Amino acid sequence: MSRDDETPDNLPAAPGTHPEPVVVDSRQGMFGVSDGGDTSGYGGLVAPVLFPGAAVRPYGGYYDEVADQLERALAGGSAAYSQAVERVVVDRGEMTVFVAREHVVTVARALRDDPALRFEMCTGVSGVHYPHEVGRELHAVYHLLSITNGGRRIRLEVTCPDDDRHIPSIVEVYPANDWHERETWDMFGIEFDGHPALTRILMPDDWPGHPQRKDYPLGGIPVEYKGATVPPPDQRRKYT
Amino acid sequence: MTEQTHDIHATPVADAKDAEGAHVYNAVGDDWDAIVDEASALREERIVVNMGPQHPSTHGVLRLILELDGETVTEARAGIGYLHTGIEKNMEFRNWTQGVQFCTRMDYVAPLFNETVYCLAVEKLLGITDQIPERASIIRVLMMELNRVASHLVTLASGGMEMGATTIMTIGFRERERILAIFEMITGLRMNHAYVRPGGVAQDLPPGAIDKIRDAIPLIRRGIGELERLLNENPLIKGRMVGVGYLDLTGCMALGITGPMLRSTGLPHDLRKSDPYCGYESYEFDVPVRDTCDSYGRMRVRIDEMYESLKIVEQAADKLQNTPGPVMVEDKKIAWPAQLSLGADGIGNSLDHIREIMSTSMESLIHHFKLVTEGFHVPPGQTYVAIESPRGELGVHLVSDGGTRPYRAHFRDPSFNNLQAVAAICEGGQLGDVIVAVASIDPVLGGVDR
Repeated sequence: MSRDDETPDNLPAAPGTHPEPVVVDSRQGMFGVSDGGDTSGYGGLVAPVLFPGAAVRPYGGYYDEVADQLERALAGGSAAYSQAVERVVVDRGEMTVFVAREHVVTVARALRDDPALRFEMCTGVSGVHYPHEVGRELHAVYHLLSITNGGRRIRLEVTCPDDDRHIPSIVEVYPANDWHERETWDMFGIEFDGHPALTRILMPDDWPGHPQRKDYPLGGIPVEYKGATVPPPDQRRKYT
Repeated sequence: MTEQTHDIHATPVADAKDAEGAHVYNAVGDDWDAIVDEASALREERIVVNMGPQHPSTHGVLRLILELDGETVTEARAGIGYLHTGIEKNMEFRNWTQGVQFCTRMDYVAPLFNETVYCLAVEKLLGITDQIPERASIIRVLMMELNRVASHLVTLASGGMEMGATTIMTIGFRERERILAIFEMITGLRMNHAYVRPGGVAQDLPPGAIDKIRDAIPLIRRGIGELERLLNENPLIKGRMVGVGYLDLTGCMALGITGPMLRSTGLPHDLRKSDPYCGYESYEFDVPVRDTCDSYGRMRVRIDEMYESLKIVEQAADKLQNTPGPVMVEDKKIAWPAQLSLGADGIGNSLDHIREIMSTSMESLIHHFKLVTEGFHVPPGQTYVAIESPRGELGVHLVSDGGTRPYRAHFRDPSFNNLQAVAAICEGGQLGDVIVAVASIDPVLGGVDR
């Protein structure tokens, strides 16, 4: 604590003592003006979009225990903790474990089967598309729940590049993920290898494209009302 | 999009070759006898039946693909997506407050749960969870529990109707009407309320609402009692439901099933107890369980839960009388600038507020304009928040990139997940049991397809 008192507030924290945010995108200008008519003086502003970075021990709560136990459970298996886990993020009281995609099944199995972890329920996977995170554009985010250990929750996040959209399926570990993985394939085009029947689930079978991707337009037509025209939602001004 | 056409299918589709040799019966407005004659002439007992997507007992537009051997179901698959409206995608193009208007339409039988879980997630991303006024949380609990009763009443009522018991249907909907009248008085609408907002609720209870609720509760309780007398020991109901749609704890765990279906296996898992939100830890209620693992047990769990919910509603009404205060967070950068007001012609704009922004304070006008058109910024990050909806764990995975709109909103709807159990609980049973078994899952297709 005494060191903290001496450190002025306006200096960056020493490396390794504080989560380093991750840049996923950058934002330009303000007030959503992009057609050159910006007279606000903020048109040249460039601000990075920073997501919470790797957490530093101690994580707090039960998260240290979960991380230690996962390390023990993975020891001696096909992938050590250091290989399988890319980073751990603790943000807003929630733990996200970034897992290398080739080891996601091993990690999921350890989380389910280890008596001290026992995340017996997977409440689904959801996709997120970050088009500006080159090499890791598509994220699959799994939410796990341990009823045995009093409702503990953690999140696994697996990424894959857009030009190689493959992530191993964890349906063999969590059968509940069957439809959820189908939905994520349907909406984002992530192919879950080893899934028993990866077909579209919400969109029609012959639908081209994957609607929840950021490069897929929302669609819509301009609506005329009392002489004025309201553009479709994805063409309206976007405040950044 | 054109370059993506090569990956329309992740796995090969069934084509005409696979269906070769199969005989197709078409039952669109034809005489049923003709089909029966045709089938008996072929002497083929095994047929594949498409039940739905427009079948009255599929709770909306659920398509069941059943392979039948005589009356026995040998394979059952569910086809969904007929009600997909792109709610999640649409939310990415509206501001955080407008998102409520979209997500309330997902599970239209329990709209207040959709709104609450979304708002809890937005508040968590904003880091204002502890700043939500207590009165707002109590109102949320009150509304959710009333909604739970209304939702279970629909389940029991339509479930009874599907078995041919129209009295159960009329009683169920009659009692639900009392709750919808309360909703209409408080939110102005019977469904799609958009009443719960990030930071609190849209407006405080109108005068007389608590009295109306207090008057309605004994009536609803009596109505549930009537339903109980019609259902619980009814030999016809028991004959249809006992042992039908069996799914034990192992099956529920594997398939991620939550809600009354899980509690009918004897596990008292309820997020209101295990991970309380909105102050549920301060209410006295029990988590009803059964251990029969079948449709009958699920029905009994739902009936018992309605009584528990009414207990919570009464406690919430008591608390509201001793908890004055705002129903929206103090932070004026987040709170909606105006509360609606109740005039002689219904709920509408607050004239006091309009007077202030139009003739008194230009700063108020600017503030109002900025917040309503642009919305508020939410710091980057992601969260997963889950609450106990009438059907199980309703979760929302919300991602913000720091902007005024959700970067990604994904809802883990319990109906979507629980419908995966169709194969497990229908196969091997009779065709008539499929209807009872699917009704016991209580799927709401608006939530399934989003």
